[in-house]
Amino acid sequence: MHNENQFQATDSPAELAPAEATAAKSLSEEAAASRRDPALAAVNISKSIGSRLILDNVSVSLARGELKVVIGPSGAGKSTFLQCINGLIPPDTGQVFLEGQSLNMRNKHELRLFRQQVGMIFQDFNLFDHLTALDNVAIALRKVRGMSRQDSEARAMSELERVGLANRARLYPAELSGGQTQRVAFARALAMDPKVLLLDEPTSALDPELVGEVLEVIRYLAKGGMTMLMATHQMDFARALAHEILFMEHGRVIESGSPAELLAAGSGTRTLDFCSRLDLEL
Amino acid sequence: MEIDFLLERILPALNRGVWVTIQLIIPSMLLGFAGGVVLGALRAFGPRWLRRIGDAYTTVIRGVPLIIQLFILYNALPKLGIYLDGFAAAVLGFIMCSAAYHSEYIRGALLSIRQGQLKAAQALGFDKTSMLVSIVIPQALRRALPGCGNEFIYLIKYSSLAYMTTCVDLTSEAMKLAAYTYRFTEIFLVCGVYYLILTSLAAWALNRLEKLAYIPGFGKAK
Amino acid sequence: MQEVIFTIYESLPYILGGCLVTLACVSVALLIGLTLGVPLAVGQVYGAAPLRFFISTYVWFFRGCPLLVQLYIFFYGIFWPLFELSALASSCIVLGLTSAAYQSQIFRGAIEAIPQGQLKAARALGLRDSNGIGFIVLPQAMRLAIPGWSNEFSILLKDSALIYLLGASDTMARIHQMATTTNMHFAFSLLAGVIYFVITLVGLKLLRGLEQKIHIPGYQKA
Repeated sequence: MHNENQFQATDSPAELAPAEATAAKSLSEEAAASRRDPALAAVNISKSIGSRLILDNVSVSLARGELKVVIGPSGAGKSTFLQCINGLIPPDTGQVFLEGQSLNMRNKHELRLFRQQVGMIFQDFNLFDHLTALDNVAIALRKVRGMSRQDSEARAMSELERVGLANRARLYPAELSGGQTQRVAFARALAMDPKVLLLDEPTSALDPELVGEVLEVIRYLAKGGMTMLMATHQMDFARALAHEILFMEHGRVIESGSPAELLAAGSGTRTLDFCSRLDLEL
Repeated sequence: MEIDFLLERILPALNRGVWVTIQLIIPSMLLGFAGGVVLGALRAFGPRWLRRIGDAYTTVIRGVPLIIQLFILYNALPKLGIYLDGFAAAVLGFIMCSAAYHSEYIRGALLSIRQGQLKAAQALGFDKTSMLVSIVIPQALRRALPGCGNEFIYLIKYSSLAYMTTCVDLTSEAMKLAAYTYRFTEIFLVCGVYYLILTSLAAWALNRLEKLAYIPGFGKAK
Repeated sequence: MQEVIFTIYESLPYILGGCLVTLACVSVALLIGLTLGVPLAVGQVYGAAPLRFFISTYVWFFRGCPLLVQLYIFFYGIFWPLFELSALASSCIVLGLTSAAYQSQIFRGAIEAIPQGQLKAARALGLRDSNGIGFIVLPQAMRLAIPGWSNEFSILLKDSALIYLLGASDTMARIHQMATTTNMHFAFSLLAGVIYFVITLVGLKLLRGLEQKIHIPGYQKA
């Protein structure tokens, strides 16, 4: 019952080395074209809060197995953009497509079905405080998928094993380290067999020494061909694994392109400028 | 104190009274708590005008001694053409009062649930009902438990004010007997023991409940 | 209607005189509660086992037994027969003893909330424990305790409405008396509600002011 095929897509561009990133991009474009519909597309998303324009016509399209990274200064609208895609923040205008199917966010039932197929990882983990790690993973399987207690726990256990936390299954969120908490959150999202994962700065609330274990999980997923859209400040990681980087500022995508294009020394891009300042700060 | 007086006069009267007290407490406890949950939920998430009304109600109830509330209730209802016996008036007063106090804890508990968890539940595709049942209520009840538990114990003690509505509870039986025999000290000492037993039992039960509901690290700031 | 307003107007000076009695009683009781409550709290946190047991028993008794019953036990059992203390004086003491039990729990919570490192740092500087507790822990704990303490004021004020049962001439006694002589029960019970409500609000406002005054910048803001 495991969806292992998800992690064994051998033709996935994610397996290519960073040096071949440009090639990877054209390859992924090919793949997208051949399958016609991208796994997930968000088109012209706009959002204002009060009189402030938070998002101004932002679009993104993810082919199957693609990992795109959104970077930009805080307040650029990255988090809002991700949350607009699955309707946690309802966008004012714009459209979202999952495998070519347009999503009507007004329809609550449709929105819930969409959310079951698009997992989300939050910056501050958001595990359910009153449930053990195991129950955190199992509860949506029971309440949303309608699985039995036994099946849901078996599935939850195998997801926890996958993120290396089977021996922590009976602990409560307060008893886990930040890195472990975020890994449980990954298990929780993966248990729903998502077609796409949205990652909202998954490592930025972690102590530096705990970032590695979470990035390891993301790397593993990328290798397995999981389609992901991730906001992050981890530039080395983005450089190594992203197929495309979107640079956002003031609610707009200012630059986009492969890491090789945007981060090449002397390219003079805003992205490069931002990243060099980021490195100085860190 | 002579044993005869204790056995033949005090205990029978107080046993009669404690039975009435228990009958007063149990419906007041249950309905007061239910009322507190509704009121607390309205004060946390209701439309603004309802929140205002709920807040005002709670402020007024908390600002006026219960004995005066019973006094008003007992004197006002007949003016509105509603005739309640002492027992019903007392229970109504206790419910109105406990609901206000409980609502404070419930409201606080509901508001203290981290919004991120609700987002996480939505992101997993939970509908409103199962989010409420699986995430919000189990957490809110745990957070409200210590405060609401204290309110139950207060209710046991404040049920002694039922004498105001001429309802003959534990305290009223003691008062009646004392007025008749002039042996205040013995009678009220024994009466005190009755209340101590009731409140200690309640405290013990609540303690058990808290232990059952205990989750490591839950409710502490991270 | 006019007659009612006129009667209330006429009786106001008399009833407001009762308010002074109420306020005096509450102030004295708060003070007794404070002077006993702090040492009780310190004893319960830092004391030896027998002392801790004694204090918990004291707290258990006063928190487990209705005030009404305590008033009767102490007034008829001790204060009147042994010392011929007036109803008002006895009431102040009983309210004070009860409040001490509650206040000790407020202060205990506050003391336990102060990080252990504070007392350790004091010891490391060579302070005696009594000084470390008195000059380092308590000044911080007292600030933490103020919100709970404000609450205690409002509880005592409401509880003091019971002392008329012993014959003290407080607000409630005078309201009761006017209500019975004029047979305007409803109007006077409403008036009582308004009076207690206003005193509670004003008192809490003043205490909030005190809280601001002794606030230490940045303290307890995390």
